[in-house]
Amino acid sequence: MKTVEEIKAAIEAAVPGAGVEVMQNPGPSGQHSLLLKPEHALEVAKFLHDDAELALDHLSNVTGVDWPDKEIAEKVKVTRQVTKSVDGVEQTVEETVEETRKRVEPGYLEVVYHLFSVAKKHGPVVLRQRTQNRSDKVEVPSLTPLWRSAEFQEREIFDLFGIVFTGHPDLRRILMWDGFKDHPMRKDYVEPDDFEYEPTAHDEVLKRAQEHRARAGAAVGEGAGQ
Amino acid sequence: MLGEGILKGLAETAKNFAGSYVSKERLTTVQYPEERIPTSESARVFPFLVYDGPDWEAGLRCVACQICEKECPPKCIYIEKSKDKKPDYVGKLQIYPARFDIDVSVCMSCQICVEVCPFEAIKMDVEFELSTDDRFGGLLRNRQHLAKSNEYYHQIHPTEASEVDARLGEEKAKLEAKAKAAAAAAAAKAAAPAAPAAKPAESTPKPAEGTDKQ
Amino acid sequence: MTNSATQSAINTQVEGWNRPREIEPDGDNELLEVAMGPHHPSTHGVFRMDVALDGERIIRLKPVFGYLHRNHEKLGEGQTYLASIPYTDRLDYICSLTNNWAYALAVEKLGGIEVPERAEYLRVIVGELTRVQNHALSVGFLIQDMGASGTPLMYAFREREKILDLFEQLTGSRMMCNYMRFGGCRVDASAEWLDGVRKVVAGLPAFADEYEALLCTNEILMARTQGVGILPPELAVNAGATGPLLRASGVNYDLRKVDHYSIYDRFDFKVPLGDHGDVYDRFMIRLLELRQSIWILEQALKDIPGGPIMDPKAKIRGFRPKPGEAYGRIEAPKGELGFYLISDGGPNPYRYRVRPPSLINLTVLEDMCLGQNVADVVLILGSVDIVLGEVDR
Repeated sequence: MKTVEEIKAAIEAAVPGAGVEVMQNPGPSGQHSLLLKPEHALEVAKFLHDDAELALDHLSNVTGVDWPDKEIAEKVKVTRQVTKSVDGVEQTVEETVEETRKRVEPGYLEVVYHLFSVAKKHGPVVLRQRTQNRSDKVEVPSLTPLWRSAEFQEREIFDLFGIVFTGHPDLRRILMWDGFKDHPMRKDYVEPDDFEYEPTAHDEVLKRAQEHRARAGAAVGEGAGQ
Repeated sequence: MLGEGILKGLAETAKNFAGSYVSKERLTTVQYPEERIPTSESARVFPFLVYDGPDWEAGLRCVACQICEKECPPKCIYIEKSKDKKPDYVGKLQIYPARFDIDVSVCMSCQICVEVCPFEAIKMDVEFELSTDDRFGGLLRNRQHLAKSNEYYHQIHPTEASEVDARLGEEKAKLEAKAKAAAAAAAAKAAAPAAPAAKPAESTPKPAEGTDKQ
Repeated sequence: MTNSATQSAINTQVEGWNRPREIEPDGDNELLEVAMGPHHPSTHGVFRMDVALDGERIIRLKPVFGYLHRNHEKLGEGQTYLASIPYTDRLDYICSLTNNWAYALAVEKLGGIEVPERAEYLRVIVGELTRVQNHALSVGFLIQDMGASGTPLMYAFREREKILDLFEQLTGSRMMCNYMRFGGCRVDASAEWLDGVRKVVAGLPAFADEYEALLCTNEILMARTQGVGILPPELAVNAGATGPLLRASGVNYDLRKVDHYSIYDRFDFKVPLGDHGDVYDRFMIRLLELRQSIWILEQALKDIPGGPIMDPKAKIRGFRPKPGEAYGRIEAPKGELGFYLISDGGPNPYRYRVRPPSLINLTVLEDMCLGQNVADVVLILGSVDIVLGEVDR
């Protein structure tokens, strides 16, 4: 099978301006991936599906990954003008100070596709798509029009990660119920406080259990139930 | 002929039906609870704590290292370390578990606690009738419920238990040799303060520590 | 596989065979909406199908999932690599050993761990025993779904019992085996155990003969299953169907042959393929695969070498793979079972994903059921062979 770089070259020859990026995988598995741009994702996917040499007709696995906002602290040297009195005379002096600046690298949600070929019996080719952020711009184009196998898996990602797939024929929650809010697989998901605690609770669970009992007791006292 | 397949199938069931009167092998049902199949030697249901000697509290092998508590996938083990120390099976002073609880309703019988225990202190029981009418109290086992003797362990997992005993015996012998060597060295030191004989005596017991199960 | 439907799908809405067909009701009968489930459809688990009926014909069918959802993937992210193994047992609880295997394979890819030869043989032996008992059971349940309650299923259970006893002797548990570790297996098999397996395997061909004599030519079974729930091969591939469901449609795709994982290259076996893609073909494929598994078992039991069962370099407790990702998959009895793991260098996986064959095989359930009678829906569902523990995770 072609290497990722060769596939990238083939894509760029077939789809001008596709802007596919190779994402290196540092681990020993050597499964490198291709990052697609949302505006060309369907075209690229269609090329991979239809190309006689690649013939990636089997979309095996679709999954989401959550990469939350990362706070990066870095030391920066800053030069600024300081007014100082030197020997009784006011002077403007340039001074270099080292400052720690915190920079927030915006997070994103990612969809990972594992493609194989049933006809040629090779694979995997790993594709990735990223959303612009984690809150309001969470759309990526759906690949269900090309591979039916993405149908339930993309619904699951919509349900658990909150990624909206444009062009998906039937985008509803699949594992959680329809009235459910929030997306449980996100890293910042907070579990609802509505379950029983086992009698051996300890550490974090114990703290939560005690808080829960205190709250439940108060609620019962007020006649609010639960 | 239509119906041939059905007749062929019926002949097969008839053979099994008639055969069940003749052959013991065809009669596979066991009338539990009157009849029981003996449990397999490697069966595992629920963990217990092994103790040596007659007194369960003094003989517990557990030293409250809390490795099993950390590794337990559903986190069903709860351990509190003791404030004081007491001698373990080789006479070394060790911390013991002041509290050791396992919740039956949470445990999923995966045996990871047994796998990670470096002290051969926790093993799997084969007792499977654990139902009770008390949902919380009855299903929470404390260290007294969990403590079972080494003889019991030999009874349910004979092969494994003898292997463990051999390993522990070896370790104990090594420790004793080390203690003896140390005593000898101390005596030698006391007799002749500059004697070089103390050095090899001190270095020989070192591998004994290295052979501890990881 | 260029298709006019996929070409037009780029710019516009989804259409063609890629989308469930619309069935027009005859005349102007009132449609009857039925919720099939949760439960009954011969109790493969808590699963619901919202069905619209025109008389006896299925006009629309929407599967509803999630009754058994426990967010297995989130649990996996909060556990160490070792602690996830017993949880994988509980995905497809009929075949815990192949679940262990798929997970171990993915972690081995992630960490670059080698598996000793004897451990590979043991994995093949327990994996194929799992396949035998799963296929016997799924055929039994399929016949049960058809209304033949009892006999065929109990014959399958009788055989499964012997295999489960073997699992108990080796791993300590009948169903939740928790046997494989990354880098090998947890305990070594004794010579007596291997003799026990040889004895059971020697009895399996007789069971397969008996089962085939009991079922294969049965006229009622043929009338109920032939031509029912046809799955065209193009749709099967496009919808990601794997395992016996895919091969019954005539697509030659068995991961044991394709991926060359473990030591399957050393064994001589065939991949049975169906012709029509109907329920009868799926039933036959399982019986034929059962025979092939027996053949693999016989070869593996003959050649099993001695030696270690764990890679000495593998670190089970406190395993921290280097940052990276890996997708490992095996041919589980129900289809392609894959695990996708991302490591950030910590003791827990950053992302832990299960590719459940049961869920993805259900993508085509609606396509197979439309236009069929309501009694056949239960049969078609049975022929897909699902376990809800894996579908809902």
